[in-house]
Amino acid sequence: MSHADSHAAHPKHLAHHFSDSVQQAESAKLGMWIFLLTEILLFGGLFCAYAVFRAWNHEMFYSAHKFLDVTLGSINTVVLITSSVTMALSIHAMQLGKKKQTLILLAVTLLLAAIFLVVKYFEYSHKFHLGQLPGKYYTFTGVPGDNPHIFFSVYFAMTGLHGLHVLGGMGAIIWMMVRTAKNSFSPEYYTPLELTGLYWHLVDLIWIFLFPLLYLIG
Amino acid sequence: MSHEQSHPHHIVPLKIYLAVGAALLILTAITVAVSFIDLGGFNIVVALAVAAVKASLVILFFMHLKYDNKLYMIIFLVAIVFLAIFITFTMFDTLDRGVINPEMDLHINPRAKIYQNMLMDTAAVSSDTLPPPASGH
Repeated sequence: MSHADSHAAHPKHLAHHFSDSVQQAESAKLGMWIFLLTEILLFGGLFCAYAVFRAWNHEMFYSAHKFLDVTLGSINTVVLITSSVTMALSIHAMQLGKKKQTLILLAVTLLLAAIFLVVKYFEYSHKFHLGQLPGKYYTFTGVPGDNPHIFFSVYFAMTGLHGLHVLGGMGAIIWMMVRTAKNSFSPEYYTPLELTGLYWHLVDLIWIFLFPLLYLIG
Repeated sequence: MSHEQSHPHHIVPLKIYLAVGAALLILTAITVAVSFIDLGGFNIVVALAVAAVKASLVILFFMHLKYDNKLYMIIFLVAIVFLAIFITFTMFDTLDRGVINPEMDLHINPRAKIYQNMLMDTAAVSSDTLPPPASGH
């Protein structure tokens, strides 16, 4: 194949500073993984705070965690895991060139993310109502043990940051739906979709640890 | 036209995604069920072990680390190793503060303003167990 031919066959998605599509996709994923590393360390600070405060206030953490609703937490875990499956399946559909299926699966993922946040909203508003608020705003008197506001500070910081990530993920999913609808992706090129998937699975991953630590063992 | 490229993407079979999803849901059910059994200190061990298995499934299959360039796996493991160092070394400090200096065993200063307001509401704490507030009025 002559140079002119290969240039004519140059895929539209391939930027000129990459030698081929594989190198381009791998570079993009490398960047995404480094970003995910920083995300793990960001949440790591909160997991560390959880570990320190739990060790210092073991019994209070145990009493306070009983005020979290295990049923709602379990529902949200199932919702988030299912959304991870639909996210993975949407990429699978694009690999096979099924655009419509990709769009439907992305829409389902988005819907599940919204359900997660609605459940979270009900949990939060119930706690606001009872005065189970972080730090100095804490007014609830039903938890035995000292300084129960610390548990709720940790709870709101961890689930709040996670909730913001769910919102961010929803934004990315909407963006991917628009680009899929505009035919930006094909079985040869769907890197943004894959990166969105990686981000969404990380959000699921964080919740996989938040749920048992906060709701189940406290 | 685009057929001159070999297919660069590994397509994971649909069955694997569904099986992993099912495994994650079953593990969720297990971890919730076990949490209602009092195992003492082992509850956290079981909960974290199940979470670690679930996380591995998500990472290996949904995030494709089983199939992708191993460099991504290294980046991920670096994050986990540094997270472990971070938490372990913080715990070395915070768990043993009272051992060397017993005064440091009091983790929260009860003289802090917000605790005074809360403790006043709590009948269980009588005022004489509280140290006097810092002077200043």
